[in-house]
Amino acid sequence: MNQDWLMGLLGGGLIGTSAAIFLLANGKVMGASGLIGGLVDKSGLGNWQERLAWIAGLVIVPAIITMLYGVKPTNITGNIPVIIAAGLFVGIGTRIANGCTSGHGICGISRMSLRGIVATVFYIGAGGLTVVIFKHVLGII
Amino acid sequence: MRNLMAILAGSMFGAGLLISGMTNTLKVQGWLDVFGNWDPTLAFVMGGGVIPMALAWAYSKGRKPALGGEFPTFGKPEADKKLIIGSVMFGIGWGLAGLCPGPALASISFGGIGGVTFLVAMLAGMLLAPMVRAKLD
Repeated sequence: MNQDWLMGLLGGGLIGTSAAIFLLANGKVMGASGLIGGLVDKSGLGNWQERLAWIAGLVIVPAIITMLYGVKPTNITGNIPVIIAAGLFVGIGTRIANGCTSGHGICGISRMSLRGIVATVFYIGAGGLTVVIFKHVLGII
Repeated sequence: MRNLMAILAGSMFGAGLLISGMTNTLKVQGWLDVFGNWDPTLAFVMGGGVIPMALAWAYSKGRKPALGGEFPTFGKPEADKKLIIGSVMFGIGWGLAGLCPGPALASISFGGIGGVTFLVAMLAGMLLAPMVRAKLD
């Protein structure tokens, strides 16, 4: 458990390197919500193959790793209404804000983007407040 | 070639999310839980991610992408209403379930019924987003 920060740093390095490859080779910002959302609302069908290829790698590689080395539980709540509400909020919110943890967080902050920094402050702030309210006050999650 | 690099980037992204523990919703909620048993891992993930990407942005200056086209250009930075409302909504959902879009996909093969439900709801939200966005304009 006390190695978590090191695994975080290593995994983060992989995430950042993957975003760097996507930028330097394909010339695109690697934002998960944008790459997925552009297929869903059809705004990004112009490069649908590139998007699907990226999603395929993202889905298949963790599947292979967990098959080989055992599943790392996601520990997601069993409360289905909470999950549905959460998914809707994440889906609508990331598309309205035009980015999530990868696009605004990693790709935005690394170029000192004002929008990226503002977005990150607000989603971390709202997330923290949500955990405080729903976990410590209401005891739902 | 573009698709190949996209698969490579997606694969490394997925591996990174798994290794760093970001597919574990308790670690994400632990980071957000400043008044509980606070877990700083996410800060290391962010730090580890920002450094290679900052180098990439620096390298991209005055160059063109290896596979053609242009690097993205960014208009006048504007922290508008949509950015803030959207980010607050995203943060609420992120805190509730401990998943954001990348890890939701990365963990779909082993996230069980909860993971699938989250992904479907998220995709539905993305489908609804243009309507909500139009109301905010």
